Amino acid sequence: MLDGISSLTLARIQFAFTVSFHIIFPAFTIGLASWLAVLEWRWLKTGNTIFAEIYSMWVKIFAVTFGMGVVSGVVLSFQFGTNWSVFADKGGNVLGPLLGYEVLTAFFLEASFLGVMLFGWNRVSPRMHFASTVIVAAGTLISAFWILSANSWMQTPQGFRIGEDGLLYPTDWLQVIFNPSFPYRFVHMVTAAYLTTAFVVAGIGAYYLRRQRHIQHARVMLGMAMIMAVFVAPLQLLLGDLHGLNTLEHQPAKVSAMEGLWDTQKGAPLVLFGWPDQEEEATKFSLEIPKLSSLILTHDLDGEVKGLKEWPPDERPPVAWVFWSFRIMVGIGMLMIATGLIALVLFLKKRLFETAWFQYWCMALTPAGFIAVLAGWFVTEIGRQPYVVYGLLRTAEAASPVSAGPIAISLLAFIVVYVLVFGAGSYYILKLIAKGPRVQEPIYGDHGISTPPIVTTIGERGPQHV
Amino acid sequence: MFSLEHLVDLPLIWYALIIVAVLLYILLDGFDLGVGILFPFAPSDQSRDRMMNSIAPFWDGNETWLILGGGGLFAAFPLAYAVLMPALYIPVIIMLLGLIFRGVAFEFRFKATDRTRTVWDYAFHFGSLAAAFMQGMIIGAVVQGVAVEGRRFAGGSFDWLNAYSVMTGVAVVFGYALLGATWLVMKTDDITQAWARKCAAYALGYVGFFLAIVSISMPMMNADIRALWWSMPNLFYLLPIPTGSLVLIIFIWRDLQTRREVRPFLCSIGLFLTAYIGLGISLWPYAVPYAVTFRQAAAAAPSQSLLLVGTLVLLPIVLGYTAYCYYLFRGKASHESAY
Repeated sequence: MLDGISSLTLARIQFAFTVSFHIIFPAFTIGLASWLAVLEWRWLKTGNTIFAEIYSMWVKIFAVTFGMGVVSGVVLSFQFGTNWSVFADKGGNVLGPLLGYEVLTAFFLEASFLGVMLFGWNRVSPRMHFASTVIVAAGTLISAFWILSANSWMQTPQGFRIGEDGLLYPTDWLQVIFNPSFPYRFVHMVTAAYLTTAFVVAGIGAYYLRRQRHIQHARVMLGMAMIMAVFVAPLQLLLGDLHGLNTLEHQPAKVSAMEGLWDTQKGAPLVLFGWPDQEEEATKFSLEIPKLSSLILTHDLDGEVKGLKEWPPDERPPVAWVFWSFRIMVGIGMLMIATGLIALVLFLKKRLFETAWFQYWCMALTPAGFIAVLAGWFVTEIGRQPYVVYGLLRTAEAASPVSAGPIAISLLAFIVVYVLVFGAGSYYILKLIAKGPRVQEPIYGDHGISTPPIVTTIGERGPQHV
Repeated sequence: MFSLEHLVDLPLIWYALIIVAVLLYILLDGFDLGVGILFPFAPSDQSRDRMMNSIAPFWDGNETWLILGGGGLFAAFPLAYAVLMPALYIPVIIMLLGLIFRGVAFEFRFKATDRTRTVWDYAFHFGSLAAAFMQGMIIGAVVQGVAVEGRRFAGGSFDWLNAYSVMTGVAVVFGYALLGATWLVMKTDDITQAWARKCAAYALGYVGFFLAIVSISMPMMNADIRALWWSMPNLFYLLPIPTGSLVLIIFIWRDLQTRREVRPFLCSIGLFLTAYIGLGISLWPYAVPYAVTFRQAAAAAPSQSLLLVGTLVLLPIVLGYTAYCYYLFRGKASHESAY
């Protein structure tokens, strides 16, 4: 029906497309939910309505993003079966309960209390409303816990046995859940989500400052985001390094692909840039720093680093994808660290909120986190190929018995619908940003504070009452 | 390894739990899909805002039951999941796309301008309609049986598509419309409520008609089901199910002529319950009709045990805070943008 393109390839493209699209939303909402909780806490603590006004602007953006995350996530929970039924059958005993726990401990929690968060202003006390925000934030983290545990188990499986029927059976749940790569992947991803959110918030704050709009709010946004850039961006480098060393131990071929190294060698160089060629088994036009790879990976200038030729060609991941994705991720991470350093210097010079070029810099980095998150997932997901369960089940063997026609049509439908729907979603988010925070919204109505006890801020409308 | 298999009949408990989860999904998302089906026929834009507000705090939680149904099936009966999903590939994907359109419409239409709001009103309507119709077709396809060889689906891409599944698809659309209309009778007043009463009466007629067709056709299609229902003393024991349906239809009909607001919705739920029990009895003990029983499809005992412990602890909590949310947002819905 479709010459040259197998149903397997189509199924892989479809999953890559839908899962990549989906991860954008959680990467944002995990960070946003926690930040909203902090904002509401600051508001209840200080009574400063600036925080409430920022909250009520961003909670609308949160709702749109969360809605898109939910609908694109429901798709995934069915795709394991529609497109990867052999994987579902073989791995179901191990992975099924983890996903079941995700639904029971996180999805219901988020869905129910999001309703309270959005619509409950006049129906619950401020305290209960704050609790709902915290619960939703916790829900996003619990959800990340289970899904990353499941994903990590597929990368570094343990605590199971292979039955006579070829199915995988769990033997130790703690080993399954806390498999070797899980703690690293979990912390790395949550930190990435926080940074993603921080740079979106920073970009919007910088935009308002540049336009001389909502200046009080913008300073809070940019300031809080830069605290994250200063402290969390360097931490992420450390966490990423630990994650990389863990990958070296359990999935060395992935690391070789990340490094673009083909030959096993002592004192391996760090390939900064180059063009990995899968056919010729070499990284062409490479720009190298001698011995640095050995130093990073083995903490020894002359340590041995394995090259891709250690594995037969059909056991190697597509190197160029992994190699380049890794460089994009690390490059953005470095930009984030640089942003934190610049912000620190400007802060000490008391010019953090007045420096025009830095505002453009932050605006340019608004989508940086999303790109880094996607690139990072490309590294880990393409890097574990050709396996879907590492070392146990090949992706090629995991697909459903569905012919190419329906998969091609559904792939096309997903692309059209996602571009349409999520394009519209992005448009509405931009509209919300253009509108900005509304000042002095009486959001607690009859139940709570209508006028704040203390306001010590000097807003764009001049000094206010104290 | 921790396992409860010597204490309880794990596959049976999980079969029951999945059946309950799917039922809760049908009832809960049923009424909000129903509201979507009725949406363009509402008497005014203000009515539409009100209809949307009546379900906005709940739809996300309601849809989570679908994920629990899908995820639960994957966890407890992975073989059934691995066979049914490829078999139902096209209707499942269309359902998911429908759910995307209607899900985003909640947020988008309140942010849209008056002109573009119409686009999202229709996205909400057709998304709900497509999801409901596909769910009905899935039921219709499954009751006709699924082709299985070994551990795989062995049929074609369009096995699910025939006149019978189209009929069940239409039936579910009217069924959800009934749930949605009676929900609106409960949650709105004034002209919206008066209109919802008319819709409910109209939908009820069709629901009765389709229930009768399905009840007669199911035993005709399958000898085992015929033997189950048309034999003594089974007929005697099972008689309360169709009788119950009939009584509930009469109740709803009479309540819609009076001023009652809550009972039509509760009776509609009851009507779905009797239909669902009737269907369940016919399909017992299959997880994939008529090829794989729930015992054959069951996950390993330690897997079912682990999730069972969690479910026993967490499901009451989930039901608790779901009930809290319904209580919190009780009363008539307003037409104003809520936040």
